[in-house]
Amino acid sequence: MFQATPVNHRNLSRQKLFRFLFGSMTALLILPVIIVLSTLIYKGAPVISFEFLFANPTNGMTAGGIFPALLGTILLVIGALLASVPLGVAAAIYLSEYAPNNWFTRAINIAIINLAGVPSIVHALFGLGAFVIFFRFGTSILAASLTLAIMTLPIVIVATRESLQAVPMAFREACWNMGATRWQTIRRIVLPNAVTGILTGVILEVSRTAGETAPIMFTGAVFFLPFLPQGVFDQTMALSLHLYVVSTQVPEMPAAVPYGVALVLIGLVLIMNSVSIALRMYLRGKKKW
Amino acid sequence: MNKQHSQPPRAVDFDRLNRAWYIDKAVQLLVFVGGISAVIFIIGIFVFITKEGLGFIIGDFSFTEFFFSQNWRPTSEKQTTYGILALIAGTASVTGLAMLIAIPFSLGTAIYIAEFATGKTREYLKITVELLAAIPSVVWGFIGLTMMNPLIIDLFDVPVGLSVLNAGIILGLMAAPIMTSIAEDALKAVPDRYREAAEALGATRWQVIFKVVLPAAKNGLLGAVLLGVGRGFGETMAVLMATGHSINIPGSIFDSVRALTATIAAELGETAVGSQHYQALFTIGISLFVITFIINLIADLIIRDVRKG
Repeated sequence: MFQATPVNHRNLSRQKLFRFLFGSMTALLILPVIIVLSTLIYKGAPVISFEFLFANPTNGMTAGGIFPALLGTILLVIGALLASVPLGVAAAIYLSEYAPNNWFTRAINIAIINLAGVPSIVHALFGLGAFVIFFRFGTSILAASLTLAIMTLPIVIVATRESLQAVPMAFREACWNMGATRWQTIRRIVLPNAVTGILTGVILEVSRTAGETAPIMFTGAVFFLPFLPQGVFDQTMALSLHLYVVSTQVPEMPAAVPYGVALVLIGLVLIMNSVSIALRMYLRGKKKW
Repeated sequence: MNKQHSQPPRAVDFDRLNRAWYIDKAVQLLVFVGGISAVIFIIGIFVFITKEGLGFIIGDFSFTEFFFSQNWRPTSEKQTTYGILALIAGTASVTGLAMLIAIPFSLGTAIYIAEFATGKTREYLKITVELLAAIPSVVWGFIGLTMMNPLIIDLFDVPVGLSVLNAGIILGLMAAPIMTSIAEDALKAVPDRYREAAEALGATRWQVIFKVVLPAAKNGLLGAVLLGVGRGFGETMAVLMATGHSINIPGSIFDSVRALTATIAAELGETAVGSQHYQALFTIGISLFVITFIINLIADLIIRDVRKG
């Protein structure tokens, strides 16, 4: 019969100890954030109303709503998507379907990693130097959107490349054997099978773009505008910058307002991310190969 | 039998020069342009920030003064000095404290998720970590400003709660989820047969983890830590709001400091384009770009090495 020795007992108790240790580390990492978010909801929820979301700020931003900031964020996100999604998908198609395995492809991959890793404030400096000054867009929605687009390009590229590579090679080979060109294969076979995966990447990008503050500070977003932007060369307010402004720059701000802005911003971001995760899970469940 | 089969290859090639063939070539060119765009942008970032900051570097620029003087007085009436030593100290102290918090917790969490948690728990934990990583930095800054600040004042009985401690904790909580996901990927990359072999020899779970999995995943974990450092180093909004923003070489974790990134964010809006102050801020940007580029490159080399092996 098997008899547990002292060594077995010691091993088992250590096993339990480490399990407990790492488990509590996980809890300590996650719980504070949950508490913080609950506080945010608790303090911010009473502020949020139809008027808060759809009215202009009044009385030096201490009263009224956040509509211009909300609209500005939506415009910036749309602008960034229009620029980065076609470019990012093209880059991913190149990397997944065409790129040979050589130093040049490696250079592209390193550039993508660095594009994601460069500090956001450096992206802001680039946007200012390139779009605002060199291309003479001025501080505008256009300049801010393009800055955000370049910053979030890696998210689209990586997500798209992964979902393209998940399409089995046999699908492509079967199509080529029918005499289709590479592009016909990509357009008819590869892209339709990868479109949900690409969508998860795009939604992630929306969430990231909406939350960024530093890159738009000097390229197109302003603290306060008395009117809504009329075109792409106008400046705009933005939700993320608005949170910074109402929590640091405005004296005698009612304490609840910044909580409301923070809650709207984080709600937007977390909902987008949850949708992206749900879509990915749905996709994983549906996959037949 | 079939006449087409006996035709020479050239005729076949000629036959293929139809509309679909031309479209195919055009698309190939188009996606190639997309592919090299990332390289163009990285070079573009370097060129444009250098172009704006160059006047400062080739002017009466003193390397020693810039990096080793702690006097950052860009708007002084008598004499403007641009020394970033105190700002470097601010960034280093905050990032250092953040890493002290984030490295053990993110590695512990990654080990728990990858090696201990099972089934649904693992799925939920992974989703939670992913959601935590998505919280925007300005929200973290807001949390530091409105929640951590009074908490630190109460707990430690200090006059100001915006300090190295505050920003370090905020930055640690911010960097930890990202480090956790990368570290977890590294642990998952260790083949299961390693674990099975060790368990077949009678090793317990923690022995498997410490003697087999961790040594095998060493490089990937190091890469995760480096990416976390890069992220903390380049963080702007959270440190702008939570550090207290006073130029200071910190003596304790309760001192207020100012970070390199936050200085650019706070001052760029007030400078005239092309002025010396403006160029000095771009020079800080160049330093940030070069340092993060090197950190990311090393992290990439380490992680790529793991995938190959």
